[in-house]
Amino acid sequence: MGSYVPSSMEQRDEMLKALGLSSVLELYKDVPEEMLVKGGLDLPEGMSEMGTMRAMSAMAAKNIVFGTVLRGAGSYDHYIPSIVKTVPAKEEFLTAYTPYQAEMSQGVLQSIFEYQTMICQLTGMDVSNASVYDGASAAAEAAAMCRARKRTVTLISAAAHPDVINTVRTYCMGSGTEMRIVPAKGGKTDPEALKEMLTDDVAGFYLQQPNFYGQIEDAEELGAMAHEAGAMFIMGVNPISLGIMKTPAECGADIAVGEGQPLGMPMAYGGPYLGFMATTEKNMRKLPGRIVGETVDSRGERCYVLSLQAREQHIRREKASSNICSNEALCALTASVYMAAMGPDGIADAAAQCLSKAHYLAKQLCTVEGVELVYTGDFFHEFVTTMPEKDKVLKALEDAGILGGLPIEEGVLWCATEKVSKAEMDRAVSIVKEVLE
Amino acid sequence: MKLIFEKSAPGRRSQLLDRCDVEQFELPEKFRRAEKAPLPQLSEIDVDRHYSELNTRVHGVNTSFYPLGSCTMKYNPRVNEEIAALPGFTGIHPLAPEYSVQGCKEVIATAKKYLCEISGMDDMTFQPAAGAHGEFTGVMLIKQYHQSRGDQKRCKIIVPDSAHGTNPATAAMCGFEVVNIASAPDGCVDIEALKAALGDDTAGLMLTNPNPVGLFDENILEITRLVHEAGGLCYYDGANLNAVMGVVRPGDMGFDCTHMNLHKTFSTPHGGGGPGAGAVGCKAFLAPFLPKSALMDEEGHIQVRSFEGNFLIVVRALAYLLTLGKEGVPEASTNAVLNANYLMHQIKGTFEPAFDRICMHEFVLDLGAFKKETGVSALDVAKTLIDYGMHPPTMYFPLIVHEALMLEPTETESKDTLDWAAEVFRKVYELAHQDPEYMHEAPHHAQIGRPDEVLAARKPVVRFRPAE
Repeated sequence: MGSYVPSSMEQRDEMLKALGLSSVLELYKDVPEEMLVKGGLDLPEGMSEMGTMRAMSAMAAKNIVFGTVLRGAGSYDHYIPSIVKTVPAKEEFLTAYTPYQAEMSQGVLQSIFEYQTMICQLTGMDVSNASVYDGASAAAEAAAMCRARKRTVTLISAAAHPDVINTVRTYCMGSGTEMRIVPAKGGKTDPEALKEMLTDDVAGFYLQQPNFYGQIEDAEELGAMAHEAGAMFIMGVNPISLGIMKTPAECGADIAVGEGQPLGMPMAYGGPYLGFMATTEKNMRKLPGRIVGETVDSRGERCYVLSLQAREQHIRREKASSNICSNEALCALTASVYMAAMGPDGIADAAAQCLSKAHYLAKQLCTVEGVELVYTGDFFHEFVTTMPEKDKVLKALEDAGILGGLPIEEGVLWCATEKVSKAEMDRAVSIVKEVLE
Repeated sequence: MKLIFEKSAPGRRSQLLDRCDVEQFELPEKFRRAEKAPLPQLSEIDVDRHYSELNTRVHGVNTSFYPLGSCTMKYNPRVNEEIAALPGFTGIHPLAPEYSVQGCKEVIATAKKYLCEISGMDDMTFQPAAGAHGEFTGVMLIKQYHQSRGDQKRCKIIVPDSAHGTNPATAAMCGFEVVNIASAPDGCVDIEALKAALGDDTAGLMLTNPNPVGLFDENILEITRLVHEAGGLCYYDGANLNAVMGVVRPGDMGFDCTHMNLHKTFSTPHGGGGPGAGAVGCKAFLAPFLPKSALMDEEGHIQVRSFEGNFLIVVRALAYLLTLGKEGVPEASTNAVLNANYLMHQIKGTFEPAFDRICMHEFVLDLGAFKKETGVSALDVAKTLIDYGMHPPTMYFPLIVHEALMLEPTETESKDTLDWAAEVFRKVYELAHQDPEYMHEAPHHAQIGRPDEVLAARKPVVRFRPAE
């Protein structure tokens, strides 16, 4: 029923006539007859816009939207300012292609140039690309950047996000290189094990900060060990934490990557998200993906173009640094608007509130009999507690509209962002108490 | 225009968050950054006006004609945006318990069913976030398949030289040796070259059909048969699926796996370069090798990014499919092909098509002779089109046609727009004969003159730094 073909039936006939044809099927004369779809596809009848809206709204209504979210583990429920939703919805930003034609894409190009700068300001690194798919694929691309002829092995901390580890493993499997997991001890990367594993075939070491369990790693020390052994140091960082936490640059990282979702993107059942990637001046030409650079036009005015394209697939083909073509441009724009709207103080405030609220929640939860912190190191906005009868506790929370922490082997992985109030956390804790006491 | 950093003033900010209502916790000194992130300091109106100004310097497909070949710039329906913004979709944590995400599951299952039907495949993943990401996933399926059979010697992937650059780049990322085979002059597979390349070291073939010059390869069944007989698998690059939806299916052409660009064929917006979604479909025998999330699903599978992929893109694509339905899907493709042929026909007589025969959803103009005659290049023509408010076609692709301009009007342009576009091309053609110098310097009425790309590459400035 629905259609986005604007030409009237008369116009379509006129076009066919101009071509000397009587039916559109004559356009498919090169397709072997036996291959043509007979009797139409097995799809339902089309719908009106109203019908589509009704059907899709009905699906959305089958999901439960929890009013309070105390779960993170790679997807975080932060407050999204109104302007962060409206700017990327502007139809030109929304419906443009990759800015191949600089003369009619300065808006996109400049916004990416600004994004690259803000990612550098946040991470302390020298250069950023225009984005990759998400934090996990960013980690995999970073691992590839580190490889050299005699150094091909990737080390990754066991305390990294399981999806990141698995994605890095997959990319390594693709390239025929090895990934080795550095064990964790007490919820943090084991420095002794790392030291032993830093053999002379290791290209890079990936550390997540804060790690999957929320623990703050001794990044500088671990990074220095990697460097000492001649390996590169990759940090996977939470961008909100960088409002207050030491930057990857300050920790000595060669490459900083991360999941950009906390910078203004909704959880949205896992995507679209944003992979950010930044590195040092020295490694600039190893970065995969689009990079926007400044130049001047024929009139001598400052302008922006897609630059350093000699690294990319459409030029280098099988010798390209990556096959990436489309990235997450609109998510990068979203992150830029978020960072610009929040500013240095706003993002520091968001980070400080995450930290304080997570510590408040941890303290309150630990007042409940049988609940205690599993790992005792410093943490940012996630932490693991023991939890007797965790299924029952989580269900009771859910029944009250609260998505509790993520059940994992060690207990429950909780998260608190700036978005949750003291009252919401107190209510959650009282429900936990009720179930267990 | 000024950069956002040049509009920053100390002390400006918006009050977006509540005050912290719990006791402040101090981060130990050794973990603190030395200085606050030096982000720009702006009030809300500064941010709003800045991006509004930038937005006036962007050309979107919903704004005007965008015949960028191989990119399928079709209209992005508004209702799909509204649907993708429903809190019932945006507010869902990917690790929420299964009973609470039944709507998301239904979206994925329904989209999978329809897209499998359209592609002729049996199973599908939505984890890949873009077309090239889908290619990576698809070729990893091929790799796992051979490995699972202990067939270790299959180390080569065959790619025609007319292919998109992502194909050879993907094969290389998956650890395969790339065997480039020469295409026939019409961009179709040279059967003899294919036969010569096939052997017991062939892992597979990557192919686009219609091919990258916009022609349907009529030998497709023989091609896929030959690859299968040699023990290889066939990967269908879905870049050009918009020509054939509901008319012919990759699965029926003999392909074993494919990616579909939801951001092209299924009308989800490109967003200035993403996010997209590269749904990967496969035949049943490859289904055990599809990627899964280690955290969301289970360990032991490949994985190409976190969670379930770009879910909101799948939501939009499903909304599009529900609207089009059984008749609308082939109607879209047949009209895409009709529009391309009509536009090619209307332009003919000025600029000449590289292949003077019925095309699929896109066609290539060969400006080789025109350039010899006028001194005006394909680049000059493209830049002149900008002055007429039209986004230029894809330039210098495919590589097998020199001075190529590739046009893909899509089905969502009316005859009126195509007539206007043909008229613009005629005017540009005449201009080239009257004043070629003027065209060498085009565009004249755009946001900027031609940028110095050599300078950008030689002295890279890829971020703003405040003056010392």
